Amino acid sequence: MKLHVGIDLGSTTTKAVVMDGQTILGKGITNSRSNYDAACAIAQTEAFIDTRFSLLHQALERSAPGGLDVPAFLAQLEVNFRLQQFVNQLDYLAELAREEAGKVRFPKLREPLRERLDALFQGIAGDAEQIFQVGQAKRSEFFRDLAGSAYMRHAEALADPDGVSYDMLVNIYDKCIIRVENQVLDLAFESNIGTALERSLAAFPRLAGPERETIARAAHEAGEAVLDVVNSVGTGYGRARLPFPKEQIRSEILCHGLGAHYMYPHTATVLDIGGQDTKAIQVDAEGIVTSFQMNDRCAAGCGRYLGYIADELNMGVQELGPLAMQSEKSVRINSTCTVFAGAELRERLNNGERREDILRGLHRAIVLRAMSLLARSGGVEDEFTFTGGVANNEAAVAALRELIDENYGARTINISPNSIFTGAVGAGLFAQMSRAEPIPEPRKASQGATP
Amino acid sequence: MSEQASVQKETSMVLQKEMIAAHYKALEEAPQTGKKLVYTFVPGNLNELIRCFDNLLPVHPEINALQNAMRKRTGKMVTDAEKLGHSEDVCTYVKADIGMLRSGNIGPAGTKIPDPDLLLLSYTGCFTFMKWFELLREEYNAPVAMLHTPYQGDGMITDSMRAYVVKQLKEEVIPKLEKVSGEKFDIDKLRELMRRSRQAEDDLVAVLESARNRPSPIDAYFGAVYYIGPMFSAFRGLESSVEYYRALRQEVEWRVKQGKGPITPEGELGQERYRLVVEGPPNWTSFRDFWKMFYEEGAVVVASSYAKVGGLYDQGFRHDPDHPLESLADYCFGCYTNLNLPGRVALLTKYVKEYGADGFLINSIKSCNSFSAGQLLILREVEKRTGIAGGFIESDLVDPRYFSGANIKNRLESYLQMVEQKRKGAA
Repeated sequence: MKLHVGIDLGSTTTKAVVMDGQTILGKGITNSRSNYDAACAIAQTEAFIDTRFSLLHQALERSAPGGLDVPAFLAQLEVNFRLQQFVNQLDYLAELAREEAGKVRFPKLREPLRERLDALFQGIAGDAEQIFQVGQAKRSEFFRDLAGSAYMRHAEALADPDGVSYDMLVNIYDKCIIRVENQVLDLAFESNIGTALERSLAAFPRLAGPERETIARAAHEAGEAVLDVVNSVGTGYGRARLPFPKEQIRSEILCHGLGAHYMYPHTATVLDIGGQDTKAIQVDAEGIVTSFQMNDRCAAGCGRYLGYIADELNMGVQELGPLAMQSEKSVRINSTCTVFAGAELRERLNNGERREDILRGLHRAIVLRAMSLLARSGGVEDEFTFTGGVANNEAAVAALRELIDENYGARTINISPNSIFTGAVGAGLFAQMSRAEPIPEPRKASQGATP
Repeated sequence: MSEQASVQKETSMVLQKEMIAAHYKALEEAPQTGKKLVYTFVPGNLNELIRCFDNLLPVHPEINALQNAMRKRTGKMVTDAEKLGHSEDVCTYVKADIGMLRSGNIGPAGTKIPDPDLLLLSYTGCFTFMKWFELLREEYNAPVAMLHTPYQGDGMITDSMRAYVVKQLKEEVIPKLEKVSGEKFDIDKLRELMRRSRQAEDDLVAVLESARNRPSPIDAYFGAVYYIGPMFSAFRGLESSVEYYRALRQEVEWRVKQGKGPITPEGELGQERYRLVVEGPPNWTSFRDFWKMFYEEGAVVVASSYAKVGGLYDQGFRHDPDHPLESLADYCFGCYTNLNLPGRVALLTKYVKEYGADGFLINSIKSCNSFSAGQLLILREVEKRTGIAGGFIESDLVDPRYFSGANIKNRLESYLQMVEQKRKGAA
């Protein structure tokens, strides 16, 4: 199978897509964790896992064993697969934590600390099945966030102010999580699908023996399929870190333009609000960029700003949009400065404003900034495609619709559920367009670290 | 590089270095030699007129600021000026100058620049110049000679505009220069200086126009910053500048014959991949890094508006010894920032076409209104008239806080890839 890979090393998240011709076979995403090398390897591993799931999906659709509800089964299988990955990483985190416990300054605390950690990790393992359920909304998809919030919760309950304190437990976590994130763990499809499959089959007790065998064989084959990467192109902030020759590096502006065109062929204007920059892009009928504007030096009003706001409110960044949607009035926010985000927010709270109203105002302020870039790039033409992580935020989208309507009139506004992968898709398409040259061997899918 | 090239290259560079060093030394020694200092600005500078008086030496505050910036000294100067109450949005040349003044007026050569004896305010194309010298007048208690150059609002120079400037020269500027120098104005001396200016101007134009060649033997933005130095500052009309431009022209013509590209700080540029026209001044605090972003991609600037900030010689203007005062007036009118927007658009469009550029890029300076106002309109118009894609980056003159390398590199690379993609699409 001849494949092309596009990788987008963003400031906040790193994305990879695997493409077979014009079809996206697999997508992978991870947090960029200030380590683009690890992030890139992991995003690729994830994209290859997703690719193998796609292959399995195709195989099951073809063989359709005994009227199996394929989408439901695969949803279950994927959840169990993620659970298995989570457990593997958790085991490693626990191992490191125990090791750290042996190094604390007061020897008599070492044993009690180990005991608490054992209890703590048992607690998280117990929670894991709750976290991984079909249809369950999570605050984040990343191990750091999922394990972190469970860890803090258990640490709070288990801490003893006079002995093993909460601070001590948190300190251990902080020391270990970075090592987990940057460690190459075996999280690949081939290695973890077996356990996930067993668990999933158990959830479908009515399946007969031969059907179970068909499924197992299809899973095995999906794991064994040779994925031959013909060419890769990288983009995004960390693109210079990729071990690619210059021809295989494309600016994310070009990639977003082409990716948006791929997703919506009538796209004329693209807005991308990413982690630390906002880009307004005009493209021609082929998806080639004709003009663009980008925020200058500061990241005011970008995704990172929402991240800070979420931290200030002690919320997950994915929870901001839904909360803002409950607002009844918009509070006017003047500054979208990331540095002053906390101050601005606290001032409004002190004035007695409701969180949801402030958040609605914040989203509007972000979009107003983007509107100025759009105007500078040449306006909003029909059709308009909104990409980047912030496009998943319903409150930002609502503000954008309102302001586009006010300023430019009716426009078709496209937002793909895969909008965060737009840049990576563009890179994948460039990989197909550019003449394939021998490239450094892609990292093997089985060598990924933590997702 | 061959021995011949390195020898040739050295001639003009060595000459310029010596000229600048001698000038700063003369400034430093002015209290002993009895020379008087005339502070004045680059656009519309009346160098020949000042140099008519043996006792006078010109000082250019913008050049001090940019030279200090290239030596990474302006960060503190700018923040010092802010402490004195100059806001963040004020022109950073002004703030660097105020900061330098308050810390002993040590110039880029590391020596003290003595106080001005006269502030010759050739107010051409930039309103800030007036406010700047108002500040210096307060600081130094020095007399001001004001020369008001009417803006080319209608895109042309009229007889009444010319008469207005000549009248000011006769009634305001020359009498004050005579008073400060203690010398009588000699118009024949001015004619003599202008004859020399003409000669050097011809050579400078030949150098700038050499960029029409493929590959271009020069970079008409980053490289031109050095080429325009003597002409736009203290040396126009002097024998040293005639020599400098003669040597420079010979070097460039040699490069053309050899089919060579421009010299960069890291040696000769390999393949010329992009030919750009650039609008706006460069960033000075990270000048080398900024330039590198271009030459690493094989991008050569073939024409720039910045190289015309001290005169549009390539559009035919020459100092005229037969009409000395009138030609000083015309010189002031013709500086780039004294052109109206249609004039700027027309000029840039002409450059794109005549120099066979495949890109047009604006470096928008945060704190420079005389350049930045209207740049988005310029961008759209030039795009429309030439059919090529425009690009837009932002930085500042001498405030290091406003140079975001990653951001500029990202935008520039995106822009160049966009040009490349368009070329591929057209092919």
